[in-house]
Amino acid sequence: MTKTPDRLGHFGIYGGRYISETLMPAVLELEKAYLRWKKDPAFKKELAYYLGEYVGRPTPLYHAERLTKLAGGADIFLKREDLCHTGAHKINNTIGQILLAKRMGKKRVIAETGAGQHGVATATVAAMFGLECDVYMGEDDIKRQMPNVFRMKLLGARVVPVTSGSKTLKDAMNEALRDWVTNVYNTFYIIGTVAGPHPYPMLVRDFQSIIGKEARSQAKKIIGRLPDLLVACVGGGSNALGLFHPFINDKKVKMTGVEAGGKGLSTGHHAASINGGRVGVLHGNKTYLLQDKFGQIIDTHSISAGLDYPGVGPEHAWLNDIGRVDYKTITDKEALEGFKALTLSEGIIPALESSHAVSYALKAARDMKKGSSVIVCLSGRGDKDLNTVSKAFNFEI
Amino acid sequence: MKNKTSSNRITGLFDRLKAEKKKGFIAFVTAGDPDIGTTKKIIRELENSGADMIELGIPFSDPMADGPTIQASYERAVKGGVHLTDVLKLVADVRKQSETPLVLFGYYNPIFSYGLKKFAKDAAASGADGVLIVDLPPEEAGELKTELDKNGVDLIFLLTPTSDDSRIRLVASKASGFIYFVSVAGVTGARSSVAGDLHANIRRVRKHTKLPLGVGFGISTPKQAKEVCRSADAAVVGSAIVSVIARNKGPRLIKELGSFVSGIKRGI
Repeated sequence: MTKTPDRLGHFGIYGGRYISETLMPAVLELEKAYLRWKKDPAFKKELAYYLGEYVGRPTPLYHAERLTKLAGGADIFLKREDLCHTGAHKINNTIGQILLAKRMGKKRVIAETGAGQHGVATATVAAMFGLECDVYMGEDDIKRQMPNVFRMKLLGARVVPVTSGSKTLKDAMNEALRDWVTNVYNTFYIIGTVAGPHPYPMLVRDFQSIIGKEARSQAKKIIGRLPDLLVACVGGGSNALGLFHPFINDKKVKMTGVEAGGKGLSTGHHAASINGGRVGVLHGNKTYLLQDKFGQIIDTHSISAGLDYPGVGPEHAWLNDIGRVDYKTITDKEALEGFKALTLSEGIIPALESSHAVSYALKAARDMKKGSSVIVCLSGRGDKDLNTVSKAFNFEI
Repeated sequence: MKNKTSSNRITGLFDRLKAEKKKGFIAFVTAGDPDIGTTKKIIRELENSGADMIELGIPFSDPMADGPTIQASYERAVKGGVHLTDVLKLVADVRKQSETPLVLFGYYNPIFSYGLKKFAKDAAASGADGVLIVDLPPEEAGELKTELDKNGVDLIFLLTPTSDDSRIRLVASKASGFIYFVSVAGVTGARSSVAGDLHANIRRVRKHTKLPLGVGFGISTPKQAKEVCRSADAAVVGSAIVSVIARNKGPRLIKELGSFVSGIKRGI
């Protein structure tokens, strides 16, 4: 496998830097800083320290025996990113980026957020390092993820409601980019997924790769060999790439990314960019996008705010094209079934995003031989989704 | 084949301005706001009131380099079903009676979606003189530039206060027509005053290029336009014009627009 991305941030035809000239010096500066600091022993030591003592890594690779029995095939293992501080994998990346921000002398950080997990993870590290923090969040997402909005505010961040466009993650990212271009001299933009202009897709992937690195060595210990299949949900795709990337050269390990099928691909109400979109350019990179025939970005739908995005990280687009990773979809309804199954069989309440992966893994494991194994990235916990889930199950809280 | 030295309407305009020791006025409007028919009338009024060049915004769903005024205007146009195909038709229509340089201004995705080869051909055929894409820096512009060069259409690049000498050199080496200098780090929209470092920045850019410099972002009054033109070759006014269009309707729109635009022209 060739080393990716290339010097200008391309994964095959995808990725790159499609941003306004004002931001070019900022992303070049960031790239330079990252390439310098990632090799620096003191930086690596500090990152490892916070990942261990603050985030709570390594997260367990848990053999979900009752879920395995329910599927009746392959053994299912859960990579427990839901046990990270703040309840999701997002903090692996925000710790890394804020350590860069500090070294680059930035006094303020901004972020976009959909489900609020990346916003909370950013507000958390900003509080810990004493940096000013503004988080952009679509008005519709604010409504459906209230607990996370309150958490961000408690953590001292300003949550800026975004009322333009579809009022979800894509518009939050537009607004964060507008802020960055205005305050580029003192502000560090902490992007939450493996998307955006180079070097973000590479940098976020690298920071999230801790998931796969741990899972790989844990699998060798617990299973005695590498797993047969990896499954993770894909919105922008940071937890998926974090799990997949360290296994990319392990040819026998299959990988499936699970996109949000919403109400079903055929209804048009979904957020499955790879399965239902075509190539385009948005938010700094070339990738698969949900767009109309004129190249206008269309409104997406998913029950999970974190997957409700019309694009996908450029490396996923490339991994799809070269056939290294399969991309499938799971509908809202199937995700809720996965949510229920995991909660009842294992006593673990997953995030709706992660429930997509759980639901697909249940189906996949069923068709696999006994003795084979699946690792599912349980990217986050479900506390933030109780409102949405109670509505879906007609349960008053 | 066309290159920097060839003369199209853009080069012709700046040559004429230079010979007459005058500065240029570039007006931006969103195509299709409030509708294509009105945009056609607006273009005629802009010309009559003294605009030397017109930038036509191609409506896009996600204008992340624009402030609230132009965002809202793009949103109205997209809602009205105006897309790149309609903008090209409009240009062809306007070109029948006008020799004013026309520049298509917008974001990359609608153009990429249209197809780069086809776009370059159709843009040239319609009579567009230049294309400016805010989210397409020189590093990613190669393919489109090749196609536009073949068809004699200028690809206009941007420079900004954040551009260091190496960015200026890179942009200058790829640019044709003119260079659009963004007066402030930020999005489009009115500002209370002209950036203090503008003239120094322009001097910095001129060390690396002989191309004319148009300056935009934040210019909304005759006084600001005049100030900008102390060192720039042309001033671009966008959001202020778009907000006149947003505030008025019918014959009143054209009248108000005319008096606003003449005012800016007198400033320059």
